[in-house]
Amino acid sequence: MGKSVVVIGGGTAGMEAAGRLAHEGYSVTLIEKGEEFGGHLRDWYHLFPDRRSSDEVLAYLNNQVSHQNIRLLKGQRVTGFQRKGNEFIVSTGGGDTINADALLLATGFDLFKSQRKEEYGYGIYDNVITSADLEMMFRKKDLRLANGIIPERVGFLHCVGSRDEKVGNIYCSKLCCVTAVKQAIEVRKMIPSAKVFCFYMDMRMGGALYEELYKEAQEKYSVSFIRGKVSEVAVNINDRLVAKVEDTLAGRPLKMELDMLVLMAGMEMSEDGIKLADGAKLKRGENRFFQPADHHFGTNIGNMKGVFYAGACTAPLNITETISHARSAVTEIVNYLNSEK
Amino acid sequence: MDKFGFTLSKARVIDYEANDRTIVDYIIEREPSLKLCIECGCCTATCTTGNFTDFSLREIHILLKRGENEQVRQKIKKCMLCGKCILVCPRGVNTRNVVSLARQAFRNTEGYEF
Amino acid sequence: MNFDPFVIPFNIGLYFILIYAVVRSVIWFRELSRPDKLRLQRGFFGRAFGQSLKEIFLESLIHRKILKSNPRLGYMHMSLAFGWFLLILFGTIEADIFGERHLNPPDRAIFFRFFNPDHGKTFFESSYAFMMDLILAFILSGLVLAVIKRFSSKVVGMKKTTKLKPLDKVALTSLWLIFPSRLIAESLTSGAYGTGSFLTGSLGEWFASFLPANELAYPFWWLYSLSLGTFFVLLPLTRYLHIPTELFLIFMRNSGIRTGDRPGTYSEVEVHSCSSCGMCIDVCQLGFSAGINTIQATYLMKGIRNREELHDIAHNCLMCGRCDQICPVGIEISPIRMIVRRTEDIENVYESRWKGYLRSRINVVTPRQETGTSYDFLPVRKQEKTDVLYFAGCMTHLTPSIKKAMVRILDASGLKWSFMDEDGGVCCGRPLMLEGNDREARELINHNSDLIWKSGARTLVTSCPICYKVFRESYYLDLEVLHHSQFIKNLIDEGLVDLNYLQKRVTYHTPCELGRRSGVYDEPLEVIKHVASLEATGYDNENSLCCGGSLGNIMLSREKRQKIAEDVTARLTACSPDSLITACPLCKKTLAQATSTRVMDIAELAVEAIAAVPEVKKTRRGVSKKKVIGETTATI
Repeated sequence: MGKSVVVIGGGTAGMEAAGRLAHEGYSVTLIEKGEEFGGHLRDWYHLFPDRRSSDEVLAYLNNQVSHQNIRLLKGQRVTGFQRKGNEFIVSTGGGDTINADALLLATGFDLFKSQRKEEYGYGIYDNVITSADLEMMFRKKDLRLANGIIPERVGFLHCVGSRDEKVGNIYCSKLCCVTAVKQAIEVRKMIPSAKVFCFYMDMRMGGALYEELYKEAQEKYSVSFIRGKVSEVAVNINDRLVAKVEDTLAGRPLKMELDMLVLMAGMEMSEDGIKLADGAKLKRGENRFFQPADHHFGTNIGNMKGVFYAGACTAPLNITETISHARSAVTEIVNYLNSEK
Repeated sequence: MDKFGFTLSKARVIDYEANDRTIVDYIIEREPSLKLCIECGCCTATCTTGNFTDFSLREIHILLKRGENEQVRQKIKKCMLCGKCILVCPRGVNTRNVVSLARQAFRNTEGYEF
Repeated sequence: MNFDPFVIPFNIGLYFILIYAVVRSVIWFRELSRPDKLRLQRGFFGRAFGQSLKEIFLESLIHRKILKSNPRLGYMHMSLAFGWFLLILFGTIEADIFGERHLNPPDRAIFFRFFNPDHGKTFFESSYAFMMDLILAFILSGLVLAVIKRFSSKVVGMKKTTKLKPLDKVALTSLWLIFPSRLIAESLTSGAYGTGSFLTGSLGEWFASFLPANELAYPFWWLYSLSLGTFFVLLPLTRYLHIPTELFLIFMRNSGIRTGDRPGTYSEVEVHSCSSCGMCIDVCQLGFSAGINTIQATYLMKGIRNREELHDIAHNCLMCGRCDQICPVGIEISPIRMIVRRTEDIENVYESRWKGYLRSRINVVTPRQETGTSYDFLPVRKQEKTDVLYFAGCMTHLTPSIKKAMVRILDASGLKWSFMDEDGGVCCGRPLMLEGNDREARELINHNSDLIWKSGARTLVTSCPICYKVFRESYYLDLEVLHHSQFIKNLIDEGLVDLNYLQKRVTYHTPCELGRRSGVYDEPLEVIKHVASLEATGYDNENSLCCGGSLGNIMLSREKRQKIAEDVTARLTACSPDSLITACPLCKKTLAQATSTRVMDIAELAVEAIAAVPEVKKTRRGVSKKKVIGETTATI
């Protein structure tokens, strides 16, 4: 009989890895806490840098996991796991246990809860929204203010919950810059008359075709970029948002009225991932993500034998990187299972 | 001396070698968090004084590090120490102490009238 | 027998300390300001004198406050102070009744057993000796505790004990030797003559059974006298000066003298009255949460006494006032710390003379050159006429939920109100004052006062306790100043807002500036109890904690602040409340960064309770709706 692997988390990383493992002939159980597979991808409209529909990637992933060797478990939360000899016993919320020879954690990330940056007014002012809220609006093809009016001026605020000691996140989430540029373009495409501004600390466009997208946003979509972190947001007498920022390149404070402000929420280790890690004494880094055995050669390997990681539970990763990371995890698992005869 | 019909204005270049960086050294020794600034400008954006005058903590920080002390000396008194900048700083720089130490440094250093 | 040379050290010490006390009192009195001199004179012939005697008995002898908060430590202090007092009192009476003459010099009473070795034979005499033994045993039990405390402070219920300087150690040793040497000397004499009661008698009998008691007694009488003499002579140079000084402090305080904002006799007396009991160490959050154990009040007092470098001690303090609250001697610690912060523009310093026995005050020309004002850029602004003026405060602009809640409440009240700082105002001045920059703060105060006067308001409401304190104490305003918790309480009482009861369990964090610093405890609690179920935390009212965000401390690092905040939120959310309520934007921000429990301002809680009423928009620029202002402003 073939060896078995349990994959925890049915997002991009989990689905890709489960599919590949099944093709290798292992019997795989893919456990997802939500009602649908696909993770954060399901909430996204278009992906950077080429603005292809996220549904296309979802279709690919769904195709990957429709394999006879994969058992799909939806709406089930893993409460913990134990290692007995060479075997893992994974317990789910329903009280069931599943045995496996190896374990792949693909628990992903949570979006930073923007209420924690109270000065930006998320949850206080209606038209302060997050990047995820905006994607949902894109998906519904309905981009409006709370009162139903089409926004004429939209601001994007980079680094919300990233690079911020005050919320305990010193790291850069690395995808928000390019996401903001992509979303800025999309807003302009949807509302051609709208003026769009990005408030950034540094434009971190270090990926294939990212800088090109940045240039396109400037050239074709006239998106304005202002270097400065917004300190606070208020509402004026006309019910418009007022953002306070320093235009650091001009060296002067700047006040700007906006109809809508989009907070580029960063990525954090998922709460469920933290619970699992702490329950099983898996090492986590200072950024709270899983700490792999080696940052160069062992990014998929956990500190417990037979436990592997894939995707954004190790660090903020984009879809491309997540899929690559899931594939390398499969390689590691195959090596491991072959050596454990 | 004859000026031959034109005057020489002071070079716009920051003369890094000639500039005095003892002030910033004095501050950083007592408040190392000053080293952490990433020039995001949050402090200036929220600053009451910064909205009325050319006082900008972000700018002061960089001027100090380059040893352009004269501009800092002229501006540093304007801060009200209200502490909003501490709350917004994403790097946790203890900005109030930076201002307080800069004032102290100018008071205690020969050659600066403060 | 009328005299023996061994009494000489004791007599030298005693007369030295008496003369010293007189000289020092005269100097202190001369340095008092004229009003304080008058206060003292009035106090001497008025009720203050009686009150002081009562307080001296309760605090200096019985140590009531320490007993209340820490019984074991209190017993230690009481047995030494009250026991010694009783020993002197009854020893003097003993010598007067049973001695050869009535009215004896002090040494006759102190060394009574030596001069009257066969005393104690009759029933009355032996009963008296029993009482004297009892008192001695009482003192010795305290002494045992004190010795243990030196080596392990946990035994007396303390986490930390104070550090000593060399001279203190000599004085401490002589103090410790006084009573054991008296015990042994008396026991040996009693043993030789077959007198003494349960303690000295029994011990003496046992000594005499194997030792030449009579011969050995004499050196121990010398030791007793020497310890007393040494202790008295060193007293002015050590922390034990607090014993006589506290009597002056109590009398001055009862006469109405306060620390004020400049160094002077009173702060000098306070500094010397610190007994280094260490209770301020145990309550200090910088100590127990942030691991900073060098800046507590007792070290500040010691630093001032020994003229050490004080910058860090003075500035690295949250100014939360927890030590002011606990100090059993009633030293006004925070005002003294503020004096040290201010003296960075030194006006006078103290210099010691005569090897530290005396000191003189030297006036120093201020080294700071004032070059005009710092804040002449502040624009002249318009302020519309209104009845209620709302000053959100700097920090409230970074907590828009509080600002929004207050706008909602002010609108719902129907009162005519207006913003003083809608687009950001000028700082109230307190942060500058906390750094000792009073002159600069005055410029901001003048600017804001002008705006307040222009508004013609009868009530000034602020959301920030820091502003509240300075508006009330340092502004000259002819209107009522309210913190928003008080304002909401008044609105409820007046029936101007109608609040529902929420099914919510909450705890309350008292902001230092509102509670200990301004004495506002009841109104916030009443508002909370009106709308939710309030759980006690063990850190309520005077015992409340500082959130860690304090503007009073300019030096504290971000990491240590976070540690304090995490410690505080852990304590305040131990009962897993639905929300942690506070009444200060700075506290809210600091605490929210350290807990997953929802942190809310009292104004937000109130708005949740009026959520049923449809939101009223933008009425504040119009005329008020519900009630005529004249009816309500009398009480609001």
